[in-house]
Amino acid sequence: MTSEILIKDKEIVVPGQELARGMDYLPTQGAFREGELILSHYLGIASVNGRFLKVIPLNGRYIPKVDDTIIGKVIDIGFYGWMLDIRCAYRAVLSLRETSSFIEKSEDLTKYYDHGDLIVAKISKVTKQNAVDVTTKGPGLKKLIGGKILEVTPSKVPRMIGKQGSMISMIKEATGCNVIIGQNGRVWIKGESSDKENLVSDIILKIDQESHIDGLTDKIKKMLESKK
Amino acid sequence: MTSEKRLDGRKADEMREIEAKVGIIKRADGSAYFRIGDTIAIAAVYGPRELFPRFLQNPETGILRCNYDMTTFSVTERKRPGPNRRGVEISLVTEKSLLPAVDLSQFPNAVVDVFVEIIQANSGTRCAGISAASLALAHAGVPMKDMVAAISVGKINGKVYVDLTKDEEDEEDATDIPVAFTARGKKLTLLQLDGNVSKKELQEALKLGKASCEKINKIQYKALKDYYKNE
Repeated sequence: MTSEILIKDKEIVVPGQELARGMDYLPTQGAFREGELILSHYLGIASVNGRFLKVIPLNGRYIPKVDDTIIGKVIDIGFYGWMLDIRCAYRAVLSLRETSSFIEKSEDLTKYYDHGDLIVAKISKVTKQNAVDVTTKGPGLKKLIGGKILEVTPSKVPRMIGKQGSMISMIKEATGCNVIIGQNGRVWIKGESSDKENLVSDIILKIDQESHIDGLTDKIKKMLESKK
Repeated sequence: MTSEKRLDGRKADEMREIEAKVGIIKRADGSAYFRIGDTIAIAAVYGPRELFPRFLQNPETGILRCNYDMTTFSVTERKRPGPNRRGVEISLVTEKSLLPAVDLSQFPNAVVDVFVEIIQANSGTRCAGISAASLALAHAGVPMKDMVAAISVGKINGKVYVDLTKDEEDEEDATDIPVAFTARGKKLTLLQLDGNVSKKELQEALKLGKASCEKINKIQYKALKDYYKNE
């Protein structure tokens, strides 16, 4: 029996669309097998990598993965730690023991992180039932003060960072702004002036909208040069 | 109806003009607009998100929650706002017809909320609502195994027609049969019937519904792909 691919690389596919027929191909992220067929789970962009077929969704919730750096927002404070909104379907727990400083149990926790505070954290554990634990132990994990916050589509974050951070370092160098992109699609920008912060946020939003179009890096380069 | 031609001049297997769009509600996770003739449905999807109260949660899979309503100005005589018996029924059948297409197994204890609002009504509102909801779910990035399209089929004077209008539906001896099919599996996910039909007529209606749903699917796919092409 012959196997064949039914789509082109980087083609936009719809849920339930047939990607390939036959047992020679394997579905990975965003695709599933039903009998002989490999089908798409999402409205997204298909990618063919040898025998592996993948669909990157164009929209959707953040799915937590261990070791991802994310930006969370404090929504609740309990006896043993904080509850963070991390833009996924579930809330994450930052326990007292997972913070960088030693905190007594009897202390007032709002002294450290209060309601609405934004925290850069790392995901330490995700259970099968989707209970998410985060930690702020580690370099660069801290509370964010000042600056500007943006929300973008989580599946487009890799495009914003670029290959080996090429896109993000280009933006940082050209504007001198400090930019932190959380894998959950929250972006924090802090620069010398609000003009520069706005330029970065415009660029980030442009990438969010046009992530599926080729030649984006050149477009962003031009945008940065014209605004200098 | 005595003459062969329909009131608005359509053929028996001809649907009204269809227009579909996604991404019309900015604050929703996914949204869609679906117009068939004078019937307009908009759908908004929120989630997957945590479900409260907790006793409604299902630890094995995420659940789908649909809500159908008509705006007060959608019909000629003002509709009393708020949920009613009819709305509850249609919410339920919408949910049941979409459930085979979505796959929420990776979101235990969570919920996906679908809100369908009819902003203009001229028959076939539940079908327009289901077609819109399916589009909105796909646009929201909810994992799906398939898409769903729905159309109302009807029988007038022993003859089967697709996509009845309000005038046709009000004919004496008219029977309205809304149907929904999945795009790939061609599975029947909605079948309601008010009136009486013979076995042969029902079979004919299902066949006509299936063919019409295929046409709607093509329009749905185009709407989804066009949203990302135009940008």
